[in-house]
Amino acid sequence: MNDVELKRDKVQLGFWLYIMTDCMLFASLFATYMILRGATNGGPGGDELFSLTFVLVETVILLTSSYLCGIANLALRHGKRKEFFATFGLTIALGIAFLAMELTEFSHLISEGHGPATSAFLSAFFTLVGLHGAHIAVGILWALVLAWALYRQGSNEDLQRKFGLFSIYWHFLDVVWIFIFTIVFALGVA
Amino acid sequence: MKKVLSAYKQERSRYTYAYLLAAGLTFAAYALVVGKLLEGTTLAAALLGAAALQLYVQSRYFLHLDDKKETPRWRLVSYMFTWLTLLIVVVGSLWIMSNLNYNMMMSPNDMTKYMLEQNGKGF
Repeated sequence: MNDVELKRDKVQLGFWLYIMTDCMLFASLFATYMILRGATNGGPGGDELFSLTFVLVETVILLTSSYLCGIANLALRHGKRKEFFATFGLTIALGIAFLAMELTEFSHLISEGHGPATSAFLSAFFTLVGLHGAHIAVGILWALVLAWALYRQGSNEDLQRKFGLFSIYWHFLDVVWIFIFTIVFALGVA
Repeated sequence: MKKVLSAYKQERSRYTYAYLLAAGLTFAAYALVVGKLLEGTTLAAALLGAAALQLYVQSRYFLHLDDKKETPRWRLVSYMFTWLTLLIVVVGSLWIMSNLNYNMMMSPNDMTKYMLEQNGKGF
C-alpha cells in the first residue's frame, strides 16, 4: 500500500466512524422522542398536527435526491460530465426544496402556537427533525462547494474520492429519514 | 468503450430498481395509514417492517455495503455493530421508561394531568 492509498483508507475510516457516531446521536434522539411522544402537556398530539400527505411529498423529494446523488457518483466515475452536472444539480435543487418544505412546516407549527417550548413532545420533535434538517443544510453547502470545485478543476481522482464521501453522507441522511417518516409521522398520525 | 458504457448503464439500472422499491415501500406505508387498512399493534409492526425493508434496500443498493469489491469488509461489520448498539439503546430506553410508568401506576398523560392539577392548587 502506498502513501496515497494509506491516506485514502484513513480518511474513509474516519468518515465512516463519524457517520456511525451520528447514527448513535440520532438513535438517542429517537428514543427520547418515542418516550415523550405522549407528553403533549394537554395540547394536540401528532395526529392533529402532522399532515402525512405533506410529509410523503417531502419523503419522495429526499429519496429522489438521494437516488440522483448515487447516479451522479456513477456518472462522475465513468467520466460523463454532462450527466454528472445534470443529476448533481437536481440533487442539490431537491435538497433545497426539501429544506424549504421543512422550514415551512416548522414556521407553520410555531405560528400556530405549537413551538418547541410548548411541550416535551414538541421539544423532542423539533430536536430530532430539526437536527436532521440541519444536517441537510450542511450537506447542501458541502454539495455546492464540491460542485464548484468540480466545475473549476474538472474530474480528478481526489475530487472523485471526496464526492464518494459526500454521497455516503447524503444516502445516510435519507436512511435516517426513513425512520423519521415511519416513527414520527406515519405512527404519529395513525 | 462499449463495455464501459454498458457497465455504467447496468449500475445505473440497479440504482433505479432500488429507488423504485424504496418509493414503493414509502407509498405502501402511506396507504396503510391513510387508508386505515390496519390498526394498533399490527399497523405499527407493518410500518416498522416496511421501514426495515427499505433500510435493507438502501444499505445494499445505495450504500453498497454488500459489495466486496467496492466496500471494505470492516464497514459492513461496524454498520451491523452500530445497529445492534442502536437497538439496545432505543428498545432498552423504551422498556425502562414503560416499566417506570407501570411502577408509578400512571400513563405519561395521566401524570401530566396530575401535575397540572397540582400546579393549579398552588404549592
